Amino acid sequence: MASKEAYITGVGQSEVGVRLTRHPLLLTIDAVKEALADAGLTVDQIDGVSTYPGKMAGGFSPVGSEELADALGIKSKWHTGGGELPAQLAAIGNAAMAVKQGLARHIICFRTVYEAAAQARPDEYPTPRGGDLPGSMQYLMPYWATSAANWVAQYANRHVFKYGMKREQLGQIAINAHRNAQLNPRARNISKKELTLDEYMEARMITTPLCLWDCDRYSDCSTVVIVSAQDALDEVKSTPIRIAAMSGSIDSFSWDQPEWTSSYDAGRDLWNYTDYSVKDVDTIQFYDGFAFLPLTWLEGLGFCERGSAHEFIDGGHRIALDGELPLNTFGGQLGAGRLHGFGFAHESVVQLRGEGGARQIKNKHQVAVATSGGGPMAAALLLARD
Amino acid sequence: MTNPARMRPRLDEYNRPYWTAGAEGTLKMQKCNSCQRFNHPALPVCRKCQSEDLGYEALPGTGAIDTFTVNHQAWFPGVEVPYVIARVRPDGAPGVILTTNIVNCDIDAVRPEDKVRVLFDEQDGIWFPLFEKAD
Repeated sequence: MASKEAYITGVGQSEVGVRLTRHPLLLTIDAVKEALADAGLTVDQIDGVSTYPGKMAGGFSPVGSEELADALGIKSKWHTGGGELPAQLAAIGNAAMAVKQGLARHIICFRTVYEAAAQARPDEYPTPRGGDLPGSMQYLMPYWATSAANWVAQYANRHVFKYGMKREQLGQIAINAHRNAQLNPRARNISKKELTLDEYMEARMITTPLCLWDCDRYSDCSTVVIVSAQDALDEVKSTPIRIAAMSGSIDSFSWDQPEWTSSYDAGRDLWNYTDYSVKDVDTIQFYDGFAFLPLTWLEGLGFCERGSAHEFIDGGHRIALDGELPLNTFGGQLGAGRLHGFGFAHESVVQLRGEGGARQIKNKHQVAVATSGGGPMAAALLLARD
Repeated sequence: MTNPARMRPRLDEYNRPYWTAGAEGTLKMQKCNSCQRFNHPALPVCRKCQSEDLGYEALPGTGAIDTFTVNHQAWFPGVEVPYVIARVRPDGAPGVILTTNIVNCDIDAVRPEDKVRVLFDEQDGIWFPLFEKAD
């Protein structure tokens, strides 16, 4: 039966670490078990599985949706996993559409990363190398522009030269991330202490204007979000969080062709599907694989004018845990590990339910925006507690 | 110190003129003969009008820096750092961006909107378009 709304009813996460030895499928099962317990569901009530980007070589995505469905021993009515989506959170958007259509009642959405472990054990997790470059990468790689850090840095440098962004301003993203991470037990393997502005300013440069603290680092972890149909909520014991709107955008299929990152299109479009507006948002959980990306979401979603996000975050008070618009309250990827998108949905649910413990925001916590991506592809979720 | 060889594109009938036009000292880009728009990166079909009638047009080889970054991280052994990665807007092809290296200048002297001109780094049959400051 078709369902009017889709809800997030369970969240879970494995240990987060660097060079973990626990098998990535087991990390995924750890996160599944926590999410099931959180929702008050049993595994036989799960009838769908969704992930991004699907199983890939190396540690980038070591577990696929079919592998997880098999390991759970479930009869899945609907499953998906693919990289051809507008960024990571689109896997949750897909599940929301599936439960609204009545294809499934409770869908496990997951993202498992094993990049640090795979780097330490390349024989077990080999990545294909060599050969001439096909596709759009052939226009980047020959120039030693091999990291997304280089591609995002160029957008960030436009803010430096065109709009006057200072390092002291950009640095507030990483400083805020590490401050919040100290209150998140799951971030202990990633961030040991708060980051001072002096430490930030003295850090070695990676690719201007991004320094070491502006780039997330490889981590090993699995994060699970359970998406349920509205008519299945009576089976759930948690406080359900409604997926009030979702948006996604791909500007171009080359990293270097868009004039602006796709967060500007996905940000604008999110408000087309809801009566909520920016002034209703209580917390923002923005993709920060690189520290500049949250600034593009602030501007893209309309929290501030284009070219002014560095002024919006100046001093860091506004985005702090006790500020008017708390950002990345779990530490983000900079402070809590490269969970690759799903951490932002997970934390939104924790905060909206009021279950953040030491890091719970004190003000109203009813509406959150979670985002993922921010290069040429981007996806956003608007989440609300009814 | 000499850098290791650049990573190479996989040539096909569509991208070959882009990567080999430097042999004639010119920067060329795929263009749609039907709607007259440039189509970069090259494809078998025009992104704007889906015409298959595509050709290549020589550009002046000048342009301006859209934005850039100075890369300090040694991602690859043997590649000398720091170096400048830039997005260049080539003159004559509005809307197209080329990622490239800015060479033959002080890395601290690079700024957005700087005028640049193409030069080529030939490596085993591939002419990689690089840019240097024009003034």
